[in-house]
Amino acid sequence: MVEQLKTKVSARDAERIVTVTVDGKQVQVPGNTTILDACRKAGQNVPTLCYLRGINEIGSCRVCVVEVEGVDQLVASCNNYVLDGMSIKTNSPKVRLARRENVMLLLAQHDTTCTTCARGGNCKLAEVSNDLGIIDFPYKSILANTPWPHDFPLIRNNDKCIRCMRCIQICDKVQASHVWGITNRATHTLVDVAGGANIHDVDCTLCGQCITHCPTGALRERDDVMRVYDALADPDVTTIVQIAPSVRTSWAEHWGLSDDKATIEHMVAALRPMGFDYIVNTDFSADLTIMEEGTELLEHMRRNANGGSGFPMFTSCCPGWVRFVKAHYPELVDDVSTSKSPQQMFGAVVKSYYAEMLGIDPHKIFSLSIMPCVAKKAECAYPNMNDACGDPDVDCVLTVREVSRMLRADHVDVANLEPEPFDEPLGYGTGAGIIFGATGGVMEAALRTAYHIVTGKVPKDDMFDEVRGLKGWKEATFDMDGTKVRVAVASGLQNAKELCDAILSGEVSYDFAEVMACPGGCVGGGGQPIHDGEELAGARGKVLYGLDRVAKYRNSYENPDIVRCYEEYFGEPMSERAERLLHTDQHGWMMPAEWIRQAEEAPAAGE
Amino acid sequence: MARMHVMERSEAQQIMDELHDAVGRRLAVSSLAPCPVEFTMAFVDMCSTQSCGKCTPCRVGLRMLRHMLSDVLTGKATMQTLDDIERLARSIYLSADCAIGYEAGAMALKAIRGFHDDFVHHVTQRACGFTQSQLVPCVSGCPAGVDIPGYIALVRAGRNTDAVRLIRKDNPLPLVCGLVCEHPCEMNCRRGMVDDPMNIRAIKRYACEHMEGDYAPSMAEPTGKRIAVVGGGPAGLSCAYYLTLMGHHVTILEQRHHLGGMLRYGIPAYRLPRERLEGEIQWILDRGIDVELDTSVTDVAALREKYDAVYLAIGAHADKKLGLEGEDADGVESAVQMLRAVGDGEMPDYTGQRVCVVGGGNVAMDVARTSVRCGAEKVSIIYRRRVADMTAQDEEIAGAQAEGCELLELNAPLRISVGEDGKVNGLVVQPQIIGEVKRGRPSPRPADKPEVTIPCERVMVAIGQAIDSKPFEEHGVQTKWGRIVTDAAAEVPGLDGVFSGGDCQTGPATVIRAINAGKVAAGNIDGYLGFEHKIELDVDIPQVQFQGKMECGRCETTFREAEERKGDFDEIENGLTTEEVMQECSRCLRCDHFGYGAFRGGRIVEW
Repeated sequence: MVEQLKTKVSARDAERIVTVTVDGKQVQVPGNTTILDACRKAGQNVPTLCYLRGINEIGSCRVCVVEVEGVDQLVASCNNYVLDGMSIKTNSPKVRLARRENVMLLLAQHDTTCTTCARGGNCKLAEVSNDLGIIDFPYKSILANTPWPHDFPLIRNNDKCIRCMRCIQICDKVQASHVWGITNRATHTLVDVAGGANIHDVDCTLCGQCITHCPTGALRERDDVMRVYDALADPDVTTIVQIAPSVRTSWAEHWGLSDDKATIEHMVAALRPMGFDYIVNTDFSADLTIMEEGTELLEHMRRNANGGSGFPMFTSCCPGWVRFVKAHYPELVDDVSTSKSPQQMFGAVVKSYYAEMLGIDPHKIFSLSIMPCVAKKAECAYPNMNDACGDPDVDCVLTVREVSRMLRADHVDVANLEPEPFDEPLGYGTGAGIIFGATGGVMEAALRTAYHIVTGKVPKDDMFDEVRGLKGWKEATFDMDGTKVRVAVASGLQNAKELCDAILSGEVSYDFAEVMACPGGCVGGGGQPIHDGEELAGARGKVLYGLDRVAKYRNSYENPDIVRCYEEYFGEPMSERAERLLHTDQHGWMMPAEWIRQAEEAPAAGE
Repeated sequence: MARMHVMERSEAQQIMDELHDAVGRRLAVSSLAPCPVEFTMAFVDMCSTQSCGKCTPCRVGLRMLRHMLSDVLTGKATMQTLDDIERLARSIYLSADCAIGYEAGAMALKAIRGFHDDFVHHVTQRACGFTQSQLVPCVSGCPAGVDIPGYIALVRAGRNTDAVRLIRKDNPLPLVCGLVCEHPCEMNCRRGMVDDPMNIRAIKRYACEHMEGDYAPSMAEPTGKRIAVVGGGPAGLSCAYYLTLMGHHVTILEQRHHLGGMLRYGIPAYRLPRERLEGEIQWILDRGIDVELDTSVTDVAALREKYDAVYLAIGAHADKKLGLEGEDADGVESAVQMLRAVGDGEMPDYTGQRVCVVGGGNVAMDVARTSVRCGAEKVSIIYRRRVADMTAQDEEIAGAQAEGCELLELNAPLRISVGEDGKVNGLVVQPQIIGEVKRGRPSPRPADKPEVTIPCERVMVAIGQAIDSKPFEEHGVQTKWGRIVTDAAAEVPGLDGVFSGGDCQTGPATVIRAINAGKVAAGNIDGYLGFEHKIELDVDIPQVQFQGKMECGRCETTFREAEERKGDFDEIENGLTTEEVMQECSRCLRCDHFGYGAFRGGRIVEW
């Protein structure tokens, strides 16, 4: 019996309206409002550090403390509630003393060499500390000095950890993965891999949500920029870079440009001077994925109609999800699409069809991808992702954050770029390919093409838009000329867990299920730029749907590059060549849980 | 110059004394540190503050020990360090000049050896492997895990029915516990750090006595499964109640004329009035439980054939003998025999008799106080250790004394003196001297004093209860030291679908432990039958109001005047008044929300 622990806040209090005074100003708020929200409503901001709305409301940093009249001690504003007539002071002498003192204590446990930090200039701790004007600092530095394997795509540096517990909460509550835990107690409290295990031995999905929700630089992606510079510096190597759909929404966030000044064509223009030989578009291979996966779906539905597993076919684009399902739901792995993710399809195409077309030796290609994702760094290194020429199909993956650092390093004048097109062929993706970056996008793209295959008709605009939106678990049923397709879309692994549990228990039944590990899909990806306290998946997703709306082609099967590549190379979806290059064996590598299960199921020696 | 001074406390000394008191209070709230290594280090550190500094082992050794323990906590230690720590602790113990040093060494040695696995875990995993949770202190002290802060908040909000409803989520006998629970929760109460622990039991009692109305708990759909519960004590009733809520049909088979087990046949009516016990039991039965009284069962296998599962909760109702000469004489009786007769309403008449009660536990006090009420002229409680060593609760001992019972400590019964008429005429005892500590308890030995004869007409033996497990053993139930053996899931090995718990499985223990045993068995029986019914939190909890530190003493329940109460079996305790309960509730620190509760505490919303 697993005991789930959570606080259930009273609904009754929401109905009372109370009046509180914040720094002399009166506001009226519902009775279940936190003091923090009441202060903000009164126009008085209160700094927070550990607080993450709805996820980490534990009052651990004690930075958001305020003074409440009649109470001698200070009150954490983030998880205490207003009372009628309460008078709050957000900057009293006591508050100033304690807030400053607590931040200094956190700094004592923090490696303050900000000049060499991935979060330099984008650190919540530095912001709070600088705002408080902490210059002279009385405390001795006590750093954790815990070891970490630096080959892992996700890096934890406990010298920068301020024990806010956000990573634990995100991993537990949002991603259902329980990687992080408190590993030492009391004054030696540490946050690390639960139970002190090695990160290589636990089932981290590499979703990267802990990174994007870390207030400091304690968590980051493995930085692979130097490998890219080495490839660019080698005259014998052809560098080919692909850019994922969602990257167009976020790549220039550091410069705060408007959407029309920071399009994907601007990004191509920014990258070109760095020396990349070919800049191509992952939207193309998203379309290619749809051709394969859509065909596979119809096959899967036929199989289920004739006594298949009865489980839906699951999408396989998201490596975080694939890692999750392999670790926790072995009984569903055979129903995960064998289609490679767009990144890996592109890699395989680059080192086969594209190399042939360009007349270059695939062994001399450096295949790079720019992704909103940390798990992609692991995916490209799986031992069976080398179908084109024996080398890895994708050599290196950079997150949007790393690319942003490269552009800054080269002092690219991002605000004044002239848009440039992708290199052709393989430079074009349809609207269906573009929306891959948002939750429901893969589903919608697949349905458009499946509809065409089943009915022979062109799908009407936005006929599948029911699967859009940020809801964690969406479902819909579509009628394709008499063929009913029941679909589910989940994003965030806790939602994925609930979906899988419901499917396994027989509570729900679908034909097709799309899962993305990150809430909101790749637009909310763990490799995206970090804006503390903001969830940008919704806004970025809107950009993608806007681009889809105005796209010349909105259905994958209409993409001229796709048509051409099947004509010239693959023949038809799921052809022998397509199976070899564009599909994979999801059992071809193992998560730690799979090793453990295999060891447990193996007959003991001597039996 | 005066030759001598009277001792006066300086202001600094007064503060020192206050701090000492505070240390004592903190230690009384059980868990000092959640990590054994941190605890050991703090212990050594505290010990070293008492060192006068004269001798090497204490002055330097304790400091070194602390440094090495710190290395273990900060990941700097190796396995060699652990050897060094053990060697040094041993040497301090062996060579210190006074108790300040050698006691510290001995305790450190005990810790290092006792916590060896955890020390190794720290060195090898750089993490604490100790699993002690730091959840809500009172809740973790309660064997049944009752949501104490939740119901205190409800009582404070004037919602007593909801409070009882919340208690019944984990404990179907709230009134019984409100009257007689040993309240281990209070031992953990963090309020004890400020002034005194909360009077939790009295608040529970108040809630039960002030319900605004009755309610019906939600019941699952009938499953058609039939379960036999053997024994209608707290474990059996608890198991029956939860199984019934889960939709199963339960029949309780009770050997005696009434349900209640030790609640009726062990605890006297003046502590637990019969009509109130019956009322609470009837409420449980009204959920739809069948009862067969005066039904003795031993053939478990035959019973199991008639039911889908069986729960054995036969309690510990057999008596233990002193094994002394004269024990068969007329006038010698066991506590169990006497309290059983009283439970069935057969009141003995001891008018004019002198009664010797042998034993020092709660049952001895119950027997002594019942004897007073049965008219005994004089009641003496004979115990071979000191009063301080008695296992009875302090308030029970005080109650017995107030009602005129004499405590004759340090007297070991030698034989029972029997007159020519075959009747008891005295108890011969050997005075004892307390001495050597064995297994943590000072043990008595015969003092150099002559035997004493205590004249009496009755000897009551209250030296513990045994389990009547022999007949079950003959039917294939495994036992160990008379106790029924089960696995961790409460299942009896070798007998499919047979579970057991309560006193018959643990040996004589408390009501609340038996209640929890029944609850655990209900969950596991439900699982065994192939279901996964949940008992859920179905009341919302008032939100927290931070009030800061305000010192306030604890309200205690009072008792009816001893002279008056000792003549009847009416309830002796007066519950708290509304005024007192409201003040008591306001003292609750709401550890479900503040401290670790905000992070990992909260509440168990279902089981």
